[in-house]
Amino acid sequence: MTVLVDKRASARPRKARRHSDGPAALGFLTPSAAGLTVFVLFPSVLAIATSLFHWPTYGEITFAGLDNYKTLFTGQSDFGAALLNTILFTVLIVPLNLVLTVSVAFWVATSRFRQLYRVLFFIPVVTPSVATAIIWKLLYQPDGVISWAAGLFGIQLPNLLGSSSTALGAVVVVILWNGFGYNMLIFSAAIDQLPEDVLAAAALDGAGPLRILFRMKLPLMTPAIFFASTVTLIQAFQIFNEPYVMTAGGPGTSTITVVMNVYQTAFQSGQLGEAAAPAMVLFVLILVVTLVQWTGQKKWVHYE
Amino acid sequence: MSDRQRVSAAKARSLVLRSTNEILLGVAALLFLFPVIFTITSSFKDNSEIFQSPPTFWGSGFRWQNYVEVFQNAPFLRYILNGIIQSAGGTIIVLVVSALAAYSFGILRWKGRDRTMLAYLATMMIPQEVLVIPMFLVMQKFGWISTWQALILPWAFGAFGTFLLRQFFATLPYELVEASRVDGCSNWRTFWRIILPLAKPSLAVLAVWTFITYWNSFLWPLIVVSDVRTLGNVPLGMQTFFGEHGASWNLILAASVISIAPTLIVLILLQKHLVKGIATVGLAGR
Repeated sequence: MTVLVDKRASARPRKARRHSDGPAALGFLTPSAAGLTVFVLFPSVLAIATSLFHWPTYGEITFAGLDNYKTLFTGQSDFGAALLNTILFTVLIVPLNLVLTVSVAFWVATSRFRQLYRVLFFIPVVTPSVATAIIWKLLYQPDGVISWAAGLFGIQLPNLLGSSSTALGAVVVVILWNGFGYNMLIFSAAIDQLPEDVLAAAALDGAGPLRILFRMKLPLMTPAIFFASTVTLIQAFQIFNEPYVMTAGGPGTSTITVVMNVYQTAFQSGQLGEAAAPAMVLFVLILVVTLVQWTGQKKWVHYE
Repeated sequence: MSDRQRVSAAKARSLVLRSTNEILLGVAALLFLFPVIFTITSSFKDNSEIFQSPPTFWGSGFRWQNYVEVFQNAPFLRYILNGIIQSAGGTIIVLVVSALAAYSFGILRWKGRDRTMLAYLATMMIPQEVLVIPMFLVMQKFGWISTWQALILPWAFGAFGTFLLRQFFATLPYELVEASRVDGCSNWRTFWRIILPLAKPSLAVLAVWTFITYWNSFLWPLIVVSDVRTLGNVPLGMQTFFGEHGASWNLILAASVISIAPTLIVLILLQKHLVKGIATVGLAGR
């Protein structure tokens, strides 16, 4: 192995100078690059352009300048509520998801049937979210199972999806349930890779289980935690399916999200330009938060 | 107490602890899956029994009729078939395009390679929501509204697949390419005969993951399909069915089971690939 590595290290730069795969690389890259240009890059530019016009689905397109952005904050649009809800969703979902999935991943790792549990907890991940949203809507009905179960403990639940104080929380539960298995799986894989011998040595040296967990295991898992939190964060900003199916954004505007606001403005009111503006705002928001997280990772993520 | 007794007592205690832990975990998993289990059992109930108080786990009878009525009232077979066509079409394109690009990024050597890869990665940051409106305009321009290509092509060129395969290709030694060159193989032949067979596990991961993503897609089909009954996939069909039969919960639950079943079967059959794939992608964050 070491011999192979040494040979590669010394052979690579010399060979690379003598031989470049440029033309072949271009050939292999062309289908992907062409598709990316047509279906990602061009639409991205078009998205910015669209947001600067009054652009009805059918009808005359007129230049709007920054009007579409200004109307977002004037109160006539649902954008304010949508942005607030989206941030609320994100703030609730990301920490809850991470704490719960890390904990359960550790718990499952103690079991003899850990492989089975990883698959079982993964079931909602591969289930169409439209179907899970509908199922949970049934469970949440005032005369449904959840109300009944709460009644057993003497708790009188309100109509969970029907009252504006509980609807968002009820949708959060469904989204947590849906995404649970994905992060749990990532953490399970990270737990499997923890160095047994080092941990055992620490235990012999008298480190307690809590100390080992917080000082050794979790720091070793920070790359996985960083990855999972980044992905979960980006997904939370883009919530659409669950609230769309379960509450259609209601009651009132209590569960409307930015993506739903984009969808409704564009494809129900037919105002594509007015809808492109909140989409751009969301994009910038995601970009900023991800960049902050990316630069902040040096402080807490330990790469070996 | 003798030493031996002490040891066996400790053993017994740890056995009790371990079994209690297993039982508690089992109960937690059952509770977690309760919505799915309850959906399956309730899908065989009469509609009047679904909101019965106290709720029952099983209904009084076993109404297969619910499933018959779902298929009579909505073209679910059609939705499933549509879903298969869209998902299979998308998966094939993603695999081909990503594997080709990954060969370029992970195997070949050229100037600006890593910088180009970084640019690819950056495009993964653009969320679908930003793209749906301009994508809709592009589809309009192409005259593709309500067509197969509109459902398949727009999301087949994301950088994710290229990145995933590149991560694997990059672990293969360059000597493989050089050796096959010495043997007179073209790049194409090397790609086809040497790299792809080695990459089968990661191709499988990408295939399963892409298939499920297409299968569960909702927002884009909602936008670009004007007649659900001809081009709708399962989530769209499910949503339409829910809208039309809002009060017939027994039928809705049967339809839910129908829409959950295909991916559940895929998960059970391909659990190893899927589970390993997510773990690899997650750890690739390192």
